[in-house]
Amino acid sequence: MTASPPAIEAVDVSRTYQLDGVSVEALRGVSLTVQPGDYVALVGPSGSGKSTLMHLLGGLDRPTGGRLVIGGRDVNALSPPEMATLRNETIGFVFQAFHLLPRTSAVENVALPLVYRGVSARQRRERAAAMLGRVGLGHRLGHRPNQMSGGEQQRVAIARALVTEPTVLLADEPTGNLDSVTGAAVLELLERLNAESGVALVMVTHDQEVAARARRRITMRDGVVVADSATDDGTAHLHDRPLSVDHGRPATLVPAPSAEPRSVSGSGPGHPSGGSGGAAGATGRLPHPPDRGPGSEDADAATGDGSDS
Amino acid sequence: MRVAEAWRVALDALRANRLRSALTMLGVIIGVASVVLLVAIGTGTKQKVEQQVEGLGSNLLLVVPGRIEVGTAPVVSPLTLKDVDAVTRVVGDPDRVAVTIASGATARAGARTDFTTVQGVLETTPAVFTRSLARGRYLTGTDVDTSRRVAVLGDSVARALFPDRDPLGQQVTLAGVRFRVIGVFAPLGQSLGVDRDDEVHVPVTAAQRLWGTQRVDGIAVKAPDRERIDELGERIVAELNRRHPDTEFSAVTQQQILGVLGDILGVLTGVLAAIAGISLLVGGVGVSNIMLVSVRERTREIGLRKAVGARPRDIGVQFLLEAVLLTTIGGLTGMALGVGTALLVDALSPIPAAITWWSLALAFGVSAAVGIVFGVVPAQRAGRLDPVVALRAE
Ligand SMILES: Nc1ncnc2c1ncn2[C@@H]1O[C@H](COP(=O)(O)OP(=O)(O)O)[C@@H](O)[C@H]1O
Ligand SMILES: [Mg+2]
Repeated sequence: MTASPPAIEAVDVSRTYQLDGVSVEALRGVSLTVQPGDYVALVGPSGSGKSTLMHLLGGLDRPTGGRLVIGGRDVNALSPPEMATLRNETIGFVFQAFHLLPRTSAVENVALPLVYRGVSARQRRERAAAMLGRVGLGHRLGHRPNQMSGGEQQRVAIARALVTEPTVLLADEPTGNLDSVTGAAVLELLERLNAESGVALVMVTHDQEVAARARRRITMRDGVVVADSATDDGTAHLHDRPLSVDHGRPATLVPAPSAEPRSVSGSGPGHPSGGSGGAAGATGRLPHPPDRGPGSEDADAATGDGSDS
Repeated sequence: MRVAEAWRVALDALRANRLRSALTMLGVIIGVASVVLLVAIGTGTKQKVEQQVEGLGSNLLLVVPGRIEVGTAPVVSPLTLKDVDAVTRVVGDPDRVAVTIASGATARAGARTDFTTVQGVLETTPAVFTRSLARGRYLTGTDVDTSRRVAVLGDSVARALFPDRDPLGQQVTLAGVRFRVIGVFAPLGQSLGVDRDDEVHVPVTAAQRLWGTQRVDGIAVKAPDRERIDELGERIVAELNRRHPDTEFSAVTQQQILGVLGDILGVLTGVLAAIAGISLLVGGVGVSNIMLVSVRERTREIGLRKAVGARPRDIGVQFLLEAVLLTTIGGLTGMALGVGTALLVDALSPIPAAITWWSLALAFGVSAAVGIVFGVVPAQRAGRLDPVVALRAE
């Protein structure tokens, strides 16, 4: 199989914040590639630089060092308006805090990215409505955020992220503000959309089971990648393949065709032993406060991460 | 982002914060309303004065000794009735020439007195100045020729001296000399704060005898046509200069009087409008202030819009349009308020007010400009926000 060009490529990327004259090195030389259709779980203790990395991968921020290529374009060479266009065309964001516009209907929220693409109002509405249908909210078009549950709001946000048909969906703790049942459903939706539409999914999570279920797991600590399942276990080549060929899934997550058992191990602890492991495990959990998944790797997950959403 | 879309977003934002939008607009509303109202009052006053000057009679030429200029001292008139005859020869029609010699005097009838202006005039006055009588008759040529002691009362004088009696045929004492009332003028009303009905007309010859003089103060000529009025004035002045080489004479037309008055009132209107404009400026500062608050409050929204692809310009335009909408909607409301108040003032008070289109257009243009000027800084600030920081905002 020939390798398709990566959706995102980061080479020795660093990001240093200046805070009251003090330098904070949030990222210290991170290299990774995100392939089209990939499913990456980004884990690590609070403050390890996950959100910073997500912002860079999505073109919301610029690295202070290294090379970052998104959708074939080197962000160091792009002006702010060009970055905005790049985000609009290639990236979809899902945030922990949803970030829906208040007093604005679901369909208008979903249509928002298309506004900045110059799509006509009618087409925007059509596409947004269709996308809401795909996330199971076809009956909630006119609802405002305050008339919807957290899970529904996050689905609207997911629909908004995907309405532009981006190549990469970046989700920073998308279930962090949801109870476990709702969170599991949202995860399922993200995984299904990743499988169906081939959009690469990069998700920050504290949930070990979710991380294990992902096709690839990247672990961060103190601003560096300390483990990347794609490179560590020698299965990196698999990720260069088109999604449909090798991306087996638990049967509960993908309704029909490729129900074959997962042929490639994601490697690492928490990998689901059976086809139904992920979803069943998730739904069986008790509700927990946002920001602290039961699978949090670090004690500081309980206190941290409120800062990045 | 398309412009129509940007308008809609801006309008939605204003609607979402109705009370605050309304309060912000208030500054602009008051500013624009006062500009419109004050300009209307200035214009109305000017128009009324013009009407009154026109009402003196058409094609009027006033001939007086001295120069008509602000700041020049009045000159003692060397004119006599012989000069009036000379002017009449120049004009060629005695019916078109009027004179006046005026002085303040106490009028008395029975126990009542009234201080008024006594005017010595020719019988031609009603025709030259377009005056009409309510009762009785005006002076005749015979009255003038024979210095008859007859008087025509202004409406105010008639009311003051004869509140419950018919003045016709009654005696009035002017400066101690008895006159017989033969007529009463139709009322004229006030002009620039002066009661135009506070006067008594007597034959010029009787007035001269009353004050022991041969002079007249000034001569008024009703020109046959407007085109040659200036030429006629020059000929009259030339004739008078020939007769009185030591004195300068001026002939002014209504147009010249209107021009001078118009200039004065125009400056006055401008000053009033400028003062009102300052309040509009203060309203603009309020808009700027609120827009900055709005940018801060909606930082997360700005971050989100940027995350989904809004360029700095898109955000900037959105907030700029919001400011412009605030001031133009405020401007339109202020215009309506100003026009309404002006109409009320005109109808219910003695102050005249007239709406002019240019003042409305100006007020609207200025309020839109205020929106742009005072919206630019908040809009730029919004456009430049770092999306990551913005999304994290509380
Ligand atoms: N805007 C900022 N200014 C200064 N320091 C920051 C900023 N954003 C993040 N940091 C710091 O960078 C480090 C990584 O933060 P973050 O990427 O949010 O970590 P994570 O998402 O893994 O919890 C932390 O030490 C954090 O305090
Ligand atoms: Mg984070």
